[in-house]
Amino acid sequence: MDLFEYQGKEFFAQYGMSVSPGEIAFSVDEAVAAAERLGTPVMVKAQVLTGGRGKAGGVKFAADIDSVREHATNILGLDIKGHIVGRVWIEKASDIAEEYYASFTLDRSAKKHLGMLSKEGGVEIETVAEENPDAIAKIWVDPVVGLSESAVREWVAASKLPDAAVEGAVDILQKLYTAYTEGDADLCEINPLILTPEGVVHVLDAKVTLDANSVFRHPEYAQYDETQTRDEREEAAHEKGLQYVGLDGSVGVIANGAGLAMSTVDMVNQVGGKAANFLDIGGGANADVMAGALEVINNDPSVKAIFINIFGGITRGEEVAEGIIEAMKRVEIDSPIVLRLDGTNAQEGRDMLAPHLDDSLMMESTMLSAAKQAVALASS
Amino acid sequence: MSIFLDENTKVVYQGLTGSTGRYYGNLNREYGTKVIGGTHPKKAGTEVDGMPIFATVADAKAETGCTASCVFVPPAAVRGAVMESAEAGLELIVVITEGVPAHDEAWFYNKLKNDFPGTRLLGPNCPGIISPGKANIGITAGHIAKAGGPVGVVSRSGTLTYQAVYELQQKDIGVTTSVGIGGDPVPGTNFIDCLAAFEADPETLAIMMIGEIGGSAEEEAADYIKANVSKPVVSYVAGVTAPPGKKMGHAGAIVSGGKGTAAAKMDALRDAGVQVGLNPTEAGDLMAEIVKSL
Repeated sequence: MDLFEYQGKEFFAQYGMSVSPGEIAFSVDEAVAAAERLGTPVMVKAQVLTGGRGKAGGVKFAADIDSVREHATNILGLDIKGHIVGRVWIEKASDIAEEYYASFTLDRSAKKHLGMLSKEGGVEIETVAEENPDAIAKIWVDPVVGLSESAVREWVAASKLPDAAVEGAVDILQKLYTAYTEGDADLCEINPLILTPEGVVHVLDAKVTLDANSVFRHPEYAQYDETQTRDEREEAAHEKGLQYVGLDGSVGVIANGAGLAMSTVDMVNQVGGKAANFLDIGGGANADVMAGALEVINNDPSVKAIFINIFGGITRGEEVAEGIIEAMKRVEIDSPIVLRLDGTNAQEGRDMLAPHLDDSLMMESTMLSAAKQAVALASS
Repeated sequence: MSIFLDENTKVVYQGLTGSTGRYYGNLNREYGTKVIGGTHPKKAGTEVDGMPIFATVADAKAETGCTASCVFVPPAAVRGAVMESAEAGLELIVVITEGVPAHDEAWFYNKLKNDFPGTRLLGPNCPGIISPGKANIGITAGHIAKAGGPVGVVSRSGTLTYQAVYELQQKDIGVTTSVGIGGDPVPGTNFIDCLAAFEADPETLAIMMIGEIGGSAEEEAADYIKANVSKPVVSYVAGVTAPPGKKMGHAGAIVSGGKGTAAAKMDALRDAGVQVGLNPTEAGDLMAEIVKSL
């Protein structure tokens, strides 16, 4: 789950990090009212889940209320890399002496938490990594051992931050690690982390990704789920608990398991077709889930044929068959279905479906032949 | 020979009293796996379909001498279940459960590595491990794999593991062991662990490795193969046509910032002398050619 900047700052503030006061606004009038309460000068910042906001004109300094109105008018509705700005964050402007970078993420290769700190902030860390890798000080933290203050001090020393920033950095980095671990984050990034002329180390931007698997111990994360940007098809699938990614082809894909679903998309694209989506019904999906998946695919007007590719492990063949029969009763499926069914209880499933086979529901014995059949149907 | 388990491996099921654990505990037992029972702190002394329930893994081990466990408990209980089995001194822990927080995985991965080096963890979010004709721990349908080798299979994706062993069975090719390492960010056992074990196993003559987009596990495996694996390797990387920036179901399967693409992984594997198929069927065909020439 990706958080907007303002949500990330609220998240960081809970752990005692220094963030600027601000308010979220969904309209120009709200933006102006927020600026009046905060007092100018303020920053007007587009809230979108993508980078490059500044370059796209989505972040502006406003010295007075008139310019707040002007910038909010321009920024709300702006298209930044396909993300339409629906809200702006109005924040008290900060004086900046220096800009740094700090983050924690999980290093999948080292299987430890990785902290990165650089005195070159405010630019993309990938760029720093490429052009000046020595400017990034890294620390690997064993999750069992945790992060001690002395380790943080060594890390800050290695980053060559100026003396004036050392104490503030040591403090905020420990809080950042606590936020990252206690909050079950995939990523906690501050770029830039600033030093103010008064010597305060302060969060100026926040990028936070939370682990959706941790919601059972963070029920409050449900609020972030509502703000995720999905297209209409993705939203409908999400409501049914399906893993769905919209693509731009005409063969609707339903498979069980992420790997097989990806592989099914690959196969469709390789035999001359184009997949309309990636849809993983997950492990152990029952009849209801299959019916829901078929409804989602059926509502996509670009779908001309549906390829259901099931290799049962924890998903059982008879449940799959029941779901297809149920869905065909529940909704009028507009496109022909090609099914491939193997694995746990596949024979039971095939037997159940045998009386229903016709031009609208076909069975193929291999993944390859089913892909070819679905592609042929989609292009006929 | 098989890797990590054999026909004598005794297995306790954590979560046998739940519906999924019970279903697959039964299937595994029918397959021939030595299922010695399950655990539940409040149901000790009862039975599930004739399989005894122990209060703890330690009790199950003391009574039966089991050396492996298969975990079906809900995500919130996985960390506790893994540690219970490790502390009881089991050699193999197979976690089927999907949806375990990444920080928990990183925690028990390091805990096991530091304090329980004799315990191998497989998963979480994996289909388990099967040595056809000998034992099956997890959720793989037993009838899809032919026994006897000569191919060892390792895969990040559950369903693609099935696809891979089934493609081989259709060509009358057997499997020594098929290991599903799982698609999560911190798998307990990785490609390299399995490649090393297959390289050392005299009955495994060729290796099928199924990867997917995201992370760098395939690139690291490619480096390892280049330096350490003498047996022929065939590979397929799922997500060849996946769009960047989108999480393809698995928490780990995402192409971001031009990293983790299937193309880069396939290049690294080819560079290490691996034959790469563009889909599971093509990979099966490539393996059939190799097996013919053995």
